[in-house]
Amino acid sequence: MSQELVFAIAQAQAAYGRCLDEDRLEDWPDFFAQDCLYRVTSAQNIRDGYEASLIFLNSKGMVRDRITALRDANIYERQAYRHVIGQPLITAQTKERVTSEASFIIARIMRDGTTDLFATGRYLDSWRQTSAGLELIERVVVCDSSRIDTLLALPL
Amino acid sequence: MAAEGSTVAPTPCDWPEGLTRVPFWLFQRDDVYAKEQQQLFQGRVWSFLCLEADLPNPGDWRATHVGDAPVVVTRNQAGELHAFENRCAHRGSLICLEERGKADKGFSCVYHAWTYNLEGDLTGVAFMKGIKGKGGMPPDFKVGDHGPRKLRVETHSGLVFGTFAADAPALADYLGEEIASRISRVFRGRKPVVLGRFTQALPNNWKLYIENVKDSYHASILHLFFTTFELNRLSQKGAIIVDETGGHHVSYSAIDKGPTGNAVYADQKIRSDSDYKLADPSLLHGFEEYEDGVTLQILTVFPAVVVQQIQNAIAIRQVVPRGPDKTDLNWIYLGFEDDTPDERIARLKQANLVGPAGYISMEDGCVGGFVQRGTAGAPSEKAVIEMGGKTAEGSESRVTEASIRGFWKAYRAHMGM
Repeated sequence: MSQELVFAIAQAQAAYGRCLDEDRLEDWPDFFAQDCLYRVTSAQNIRDGYEASLIFLNSKGMVRDRITALRDANIYERQAYRHVIGQPLITAQTKERVTSEASFIIARIMRDGTTDLFATGRYLDSWRQTSAGLELIERVVVCDSSRIDTLLALPL
Repeated sequence: MAAEGSTVAPTPCDWPEGLTRVPFWLFQRDDVYAKEQQQLFQGRVWSFLCLEADLPNPGDWRATHVGDAPVVVTRNQAGELHAFENRCAHRGSLICLEERGKADKGFSCVYHAWTYNLEGDLTGVAFMKGIKGKGGMPPDFKVGDHGPRKLRVETHSGLVFGTFAADAPALADYLGEEIASRISRVFRGRKPVVLGRFTQALPNNWKLYIENVKDSYHASILHLFFTTFELNRLSQKGAIIVDETGGHHVSYSAIDKGPTGNAVYADQKIRSDSDYKLADPSLLHGFEEYEDGVTLQILTVFPAVVVQQIQNAIAIRQVVPRGPDKTDLNWIYLGFEDDTPDERIARLKQANLVGPAGYISMEDGCVGGFVQRGTAGAPSEKAVIEMGGKTAEGSESRVTEASIRGFWKAYRAHMGM
């Protein structure tokens, strides 16, 4: 596996975190392929073999809808995240896809300045290499905890 | 927030008669919280414990809560369900430290290895006779005299309920026919399968969440997602059912395919009417699961469990108090054994509507906190609960707070307030 690939995934991860942390939510769907799967679950649910997710989006349209809903429909207090994403570990590579894993730590900053450790976990990713760069075919966000403080509005 | 007010706040008697005023100290005080645990949760009520599906085999056990009391539910070797406090009879340690497991040989407390069978009976005390004739328990100590408190256990539609009260009515009588049949309606005799479990840590008193669930008035105003896609409009046909104790309720609605009152909403200039569209509406493409056309049924069993059907998103919400201003909301997403693969996918997609990240339920996670914070300095002020009248009777209109008044009616009865 090439160093370029590791570097490209690391760059894509960094751009992904920055996109969300800078509140450029409308750009978030651009990280995904048309036929993507984005879901958020927990280590315990994976261990127990449970299928359901906190968020389950299996098309780029649904990814986009999540943002439209957050912007135009849902009510939640103003908040922001700070993502710290670890080095990607490439776990498999075929002609069609590269799978990788990376740890994340996400702090949540509320409008009154309260800053808490909101979520930790792993991204289990499948990437497709296109002429325009890497796109996510699949991102399974596995939170270490099944416990969500108050609500999970912004994507992880 | 909770403790400081205790000395200056009015006594618990400072609560006007009737059901339309609810003072905010009820959501703030440690003494109220403590009394609820003893008198209400450990009183003559039935609490949801777990699903029968959580305990398919003899020896299976699951940890749960009744109020904030930790409880273990087991299936013994004869296949019967039992429940007892998760509290060692010796010095009070938790007996089970995990969420669930299998204990064919019973349990052993990690602290001093006091042992219990699956029925919750104390069966052994380590070094009971001492070592070489020295130490040990006094000769008059009898193992049979000790043990964690046991709960009575009964089931309905695969849901396991328990009560600490020997004199509580039978579960069927506690639920009443109408509520029981409304629960059966969701399960239809099918075997539920757990699809996921998540906990939403709410920054508010447990009763604020219960009020929210019972509040059909807010549903289509706070939750834009709900309204715009016609999952639930107050102008749809539906009704509120409040049982005669007031404690249990059902709110349901069915899609009315005739000309409904869109104009009614437009007239009110409420935030929740927009031309919001989904790029991928397959989120809402469910399947016809219920012949009665009911697309939404929210049901509560007093004091603290919700049975939810929102289209094909079926869930149990167990409300666990964690202090005057903290509540755990345990979401258990359900499917059924006979789901086809397409039906299962529809459930997974519709799960986006509910839970801690749900399009129509995330607001419920924060709005209780808004009330908790909003009322911090006003323990003696009162909520006004008059929408739809002053009584706690069901109605065809869902522009009502009748089921909230019902909750307070049952609450006052159980608390003797």
